[in-house]
Amino acid sequence: MDGDAILARLRERLGARVLHTHAQGGDHTAVLTREAVPEALAICRDTADLRFDLLVDITAVDYLRFPGREDGPRFEVVYHLYSVPHNHRVRLKTQVEEDDAVVPTATGLWPIANWLEREVWDMFGIRFAGHPDLRRLLMYEEFVGHPLRKDYPIDRRQPLIGPKV
Amino acid sequence: MAERVTRELFLGEGAGTGGGPHNVQVNMGPAHPAMHGIIRIVAELDGEVVVKADMEIGYLHRAFEKDCEAGPYNNAIPFTDRLNYVSPLINNFGYCSAVEKLLGIDITERCKYVRVIMSEISRICDHLTCVGASAMELGAFTVFLYMIKAREFLWELVEDVTGARLTISYGRVGGVRADLPPGFDLKVKKAFGETRQVLEEVHSLVTRNRIFMDRMVGVGVLSAAETVAWGITGPLLRAAGVAYDIRRAQPYWAYSKIDFEIPLGKNGDNYDRYLVRMAEMEQSMRIAEQALEGLPGGSIQVDWEGRAIDPAAYVDRGKQGKTEGLLLVPIKLSPNLLGQDRAAHARMDSGDKRVTLPPKETTYGSIEGLMNHFMLVMDGYGIRPPAGEAYVAVEGANGELGFYVVSDGSDRPYRVRCRPPCLPPVAALPRMIEGEMVADIIPTFGSVNMIGGELDR
Repeated sequence: MDGDAILARLRERLGARVLHTHAQGGDHTAVLTREAVPEALAICRDTADLRFDLLVDITAVDYLRFPGREDGPRFEVVYHLYSVPHNHRVRLKTQVEEDDAVVPTATGLWPIANWLEREVWDMFGIRFAGHPDLRRLLMYEEFVGHPLRKDYPIDRRQPLIGPKV
Repeated sequence: MAERVTRELFLGEGAGTGGGPHNVQVNMGPAHPAMHGIIRIVAELDGEVVVKADMEIGYLHRAFEKDCEAGPYNNAIPFTDRLNYVSPLINNFGYCSAVEKLLGIDITERCKYVRVIMSEISRICDHLTCVGASAMELGAFTVFLYMIKAREFLWELVEDVTGARLTISYGRVGGVRADLPPGFDLKVKKAFGETRQVLEEVHSLVTRNRIFMDRMVGVGVLSAAETVAWGITGPLLRAAGVAYDIRRAQPYWAYSKIDFEIPLGKNGDNYDRYLVRMAEMEQSMRIAEQALEGLPGGSIQVDWEGRAIDPAAYVDRGKQGKTEGLLLVPIKLSPNLLGQDRAAHARMDSGDKRVTLPPKETTYGSIEGLMNHFMLVMDGYGIRPPAGEAYVAVEGANGELGFYVVSDGSDRPYRVRCRPPCLPPVAALPRMIEGEMVADIIPTFGSVNMIGGELDR
């Protein structure tokens, strides 16, 4: 199935909840409302001619300082999906505001979403509603802040955590 | 769900199954020798059986993605060396391909072949290290020594081309740093001969070895459906019988013109993973040999005819304004710039002035070249892809290595995300070891081929 057909199928199933689609550089992308994410992921995984069985990646982008997007929603959560039987890809995105940075979890669909979502929480401070175990993945528990946010200075130092005295 | 291998346990009353209150929590790592110093497994044991396991990673976190945002596009290349440090060339090329996609440029045909050759050599190095190290952890120290010997021959090839063994920084957006050195094909032939001999020796040492098979067969099993659900790609997925290889499914560079097979396993256990890796090394050698044969752009022998002139003297003449006819004088560049002469440059680099540095003769010999050079290295200038996003996946030694790059139109990447191929198998490791023996953790962990630099970034 080619990328345009995939996007058409998503629009057909989700209607107005698909906010916008594009195919920059051949990467077919659909931007969804936050509420549509679990349904969209389930459709992608379970529809016979889509069958995106491989959740390649979940990541996020902080658009705080992106020229022209300073006023829009701050974060974008990005899902990359691949279908092993059909050999096609799609990218799904959803936007969330800083003061309400919560996205429904995908752990019920793919077990790997557990770690990928933990990393997004760790690095961006975006919560995943319904995640069973939302701990930091790469940083340590006592770390303050979320390092991949654009307002986290690259040279900030935090004390190393040693045994308590 | 995977078919679990059950065993008869002779552990006495109370041990072995179900005795909740007797469970013991055991830490493996981060200082455990088999955990490579950078990972911790908190395992809950009932007797010798792992009931529950939790992984703790991040000991090698170096803020790769944050660092990439801080500098111009080409500055991220040395950081990518340190992702999968056993096969750094694939990381270099993967990142460069993502930026090239963002820019919408294509690389030269010869460069595509060079990337294929160097990627395959890296893949062999990676598999050699993985198989060697995990065999050593099972007591087969000889295998480790043999395989590291073979890796040494391959690293000599890498050193010949890039000037370094590990932190190679050979990829460039729009090309590679330099052309292949003279006589490279002969050296490859020799090194592959040695590697093939080592592989044969290793086959005869462990493939049908009783101890090795007892530790590997039926251990760490994941079914095909589960492997896919866990997002696992690469040799682990192929060992479960799923023929997903990006080199074949969505060919990039020159892979579509090359004939190779995808070795498949059946059971998805550690033994099949070992067999798949062993077979893939042979296929990688086939690919590299075919690519060397089909390498376009004529001979890679560079013939220095005419008057050679020392680069320093060349620069001095330029400074004195004696530039007349200077561009026509063939110069011999210093050894660390081997393969960067104008002819090699034309063969290897995309020639897009927005992206690739001009050859050094042009930089030192003409004002246009100098300006072009500065436009690419000055702060605030450099490579400036249009605003947008691109995802490129290449087949890394451990599976799908993806780079998701977002550009805001400036000379620095707005966001670089590396999709590490060894994160999903490590996330799935508790699933692989739960219900098995403590001693089974070691071969399973070895078969995952956890590479800390890439896992923790």
